[in-house]
Amino acid sequence: MRGLLALGAHLPHRRLDRATIAAVAGGGGGTGTRTVAGYDEDATTLAVEAARTALRGHAGPAPAALWFSTTTPPYADRTNATAIHAALRLPADAVAADFGGAARSSVAALRAALAGGGPTLVVAGDVRPGLPGSAEEAAAGDAGAAVLVGEEAEGAPVLAELLGMAARTEEILDRWRVPGEVRTHQWEERFGETRYRPLGGAAWDDALAAAGLESGDVDRVVVASPHARAARAVAKDLGLAAGVVADDRVATVGNPGATQPLLLLAAAMEEATSGQVIVLLSLADGADALVFRTTEAVATHQPARPVAAQVAGGAPVPYPTYLRWRGLLATEPPRRPEPARPSASAAARNGDWKFGFVASQDRATGAVHMPPARAPMGGGPIDDMEPRPMADAVGTVVTSTVDRLAHSPSPPVVFAVVDFDGGGRLPVELTDCDAGEVGIGVRVEMTFRRLFTADGIANYFWKARPQRAADGSAVTAAAPAAAG
Amino acid sequence: MGSHGIRDRVAIVGMGCTPFAEHYDKGVDDLLVEATTEALAGAGVGRADADAWWLGTAQSGMSGIVLARALQLQGAPVTRVENMCATGSEALRQAAYAVASGAYDLAVAVGVEKVKDSGYQGLNAFPVPSDGTGRTLTAAAMFSMVLPAYAERYGVDADRLRRVAAGIASKNHANGARNPKAQFRREMSVEAICAMPAVAGQLGVFDCAGVADGAAAAVVCRAEDAHRYTDAPLYVKALSLVAGNGSGLIDPAYDYTTFPEVAAAGADAYAQAGVADPRRELALAEVHDCFTPTELVLMEDLGFSERGRAWLDCEKGTFDRDGELPVNPDGGLKSFGHPVGASGLRMLYEAWLQLRREAPPDRQVATVAQGRTLALTHNLGGYPGEMVSFVGIVGTEPSA
Repeated sequence: MRGLLALGAHLPHRRLDRATIAAVAGGGGGTGTRTVAGYDEDATTLAVEAARTALRGHAGPAPAALWFSTTTPPYADRTNATAIHAALRLPADAVAADFGGAARSSVAALRAALAGGGPTLVVAGDVRPGLPGSAEEAAAGDAGAAVLVGEEAEGAPVLAELLGMAARTEEILDRWRVPGEVRTHQWEERFGETRYRPLGGAAWDDALAAAGLESGDVDRVVVASPHARAARAVAKDLGLAAGVVADDRVATVGNPGATQPLLLLAAAMEEATSGQVIVLLSLADGADALVFRTTEAVATHQPARPVAAQVAGGAPVPYPTYLRWRGLLATEPPRRPEPARPSASAAARNGDWKFGFVASQDRATGAVHMPPARAPMGGGPIDDMEPRPMADAVGTVVTSTVDRLAHSPSPPVVFAVVDFDGGGRLPVELTDCDAGEVGIGVRVEMTFRRLFTADGIANYFWKARPQRAADGSAVTAAAPAAAG
Repeated sequence: MGSHGIRDRVAIVGMGCTPFAEHYDKGVDDLLVEATTEALAGAGVGRADADAWWLGTAQSGMSGIVLARALQLQGAPVTRVENMCATGSEALRQAAYAVASGAYDLAVAVGVEKVKDSGYQGLNAFPVPSDGTGRTLTAAAMFSMVLPAYAERYGVDADRLRRVAAGIASKNHANGARNPKAQFRREMSVEAICAMPAVAGQLGVFDCAGVADGAAAAVVCRAEDAHRYTDAPLYVKALSLVAGNGSGLIDPAYDYTTFPEVAAAGADAYAQAGVADPRRELALAEVHDCFTPTELVLMEDLGFSERGRAWLDCEKGTFDRDGELPVNPDGGLKSFGHPVGASGLRMLYEAWLQLRREAPPDRQVATVAQGRTLALTHNLGGYPGEMVSFVGIVGTEPSA
């Protein structure tokens, strides 16, 4: 039985209050909030965090394939999924590839995964563009989402099985963006609506027929589309009972492009009980309908970082800061030299550290070395080390500072010396926090980020971020060990 | 550390030091010419009399050719050395060892840095290609982490400790105000220093050393030859260097309240020089006050204060110009700025003036008249947890 084995999402820490837009942009905005990727996040890092969330606790076989979809790929001409593959430390014989540039690509990747063999990780991440004051800017959101598809395995039950799917394809110019542009152009909305309504209806009917079900059998529908008006119209056309159509999270998250279908599916699965029929209906360049039925395993499944909790969390970002992060508001750079581009060959040979955050541990003393070393501190034999994965390690701030001089895409740099539970120390940059939130004793976890960009090269590495309580406050160690 | 030292086998017989400033009108060659001309003249020799040369520069030029070309040395052995902020002292150390070995009779150590041609504020190291995972923090931020760690370990009120740090800057500004070669010659109150906006952690801009161009030079010979060149030589009592292995950055046992590399270099230097109680035996100490918390911790690592007590000694004025042990009577890096290759020899220049009683009267330390004959110079380069450290001791009296 092939189906969904694990799901996860990553919403960036920062939220933009749409009501703050118009005062700066002269118009636009609206009500509610949207998510905003940090200055150190891109589609790849969002996808990594979502995939880490999905795979946390996954006890089955490692993914044999990784399909990455995004409308905003950091690179062209080279695969973006390889960085995700490296950060997740997937097997070397796992294939990783990008599903190119359109909102539909994530659903296409999911279809391919469901049709294919072996555990397949479908992951998406989007940092949506949009000009200041545009409807697109207000409606968009940034997020990552991941779905692991495969056969049931020991310790990894199928959470939802695929019952049927169907598709329609049509060449419709309802929106377009030339590579490099920071905005998406739209044709008159009514045109797309008139095309998507019959396409969505046909895919719906065919998928239910393939599954041997009627509309009334459906417990939950998630409708995803870059065309919000069409999505509303098609959902209404389905004539379903109140509450069957799921919240599209536009009021809190916004629409994160190719990530939206996977994000909404992950959210729906978290709310589902066993034996429910869930339909994913996507309206993009045609229509896709996928019909799932949840299994008994869904009742005992505990998502690592539930979408609902992430929606409820986060912290506000001022609109001008958002504009600065997106390069839409040019500000004075620090009067320091630009950071040098990372060396491709050095990054390649240190990939386990740079992307996978794998340290080394001295067999003789147990001392953890970050970065991995050949000669242990304190003497002892050389090359007597074993790899020590640290990405999921949690640590405590020993001392910290705020650097207002250092070069950063978003000064000041918040920096701390972190001691990890179980061994290992790293002086490391912090993210997803305000300068005043960090001090001795703050508990932190690691997150994959883009430190800076130099010569077009995305410099990926790990940062620490405060662990947060349900009320959003930074968690502090109960009794920080007295130094010395 | 298994050092023997070369106590009293080598003497310094001439020194030179340019003013430290934003020398927009002077290049590396000019600075080298000025410092070496003064040093050679002090020893009563010409540049053809020097047998070998060591040039310390961190990033103002490559190889000994920089110096050979500037001075048009003819067929001379010239070695460029670099050891971060200990570069100038490293040049002296190599020149002294070369003379002590018998390889040369007269050698010159020169340190220079031309910092202000970069167009950027601060010191900016030449980037070595890397995997991009290294820290990009400024030195100010790395050293700023000392204050909260020190306050935590010793239970010192954070605001009081911040004023102690500002007091160190204020003391060094007061000394520098009396030094015509210093970059900054203005006294600064603790209140004014504390009122500056933070640049890193609790540190404001006046907690940081300045940035200047400069050069300094020393002429060395075998001790028995010293009086051919000067009536008042300084004898090299100790030269110690430790290059840390960086383990402090990754070792959870390191607590950011001490610099073990400095403590090790200091202990080695005291052993070489036969110094048992530095606080009472030294006439002065020139230490690497790159940031105010650095000098605080150095007082303990160099054995001038008990562990956890340096902040109290600073409050009491122990290290003031008229205190029990004057520290940085020339104004330190705080007043001079830090042309990396030159600073170690600039410190030695102050020892040269003070021990020979040639410092201006308003800066001359009283400890020399009280009979103390030793001075210590200290550099560190790098960061807490990962640094090089040099400690040298010179004196006016050869051992009996």
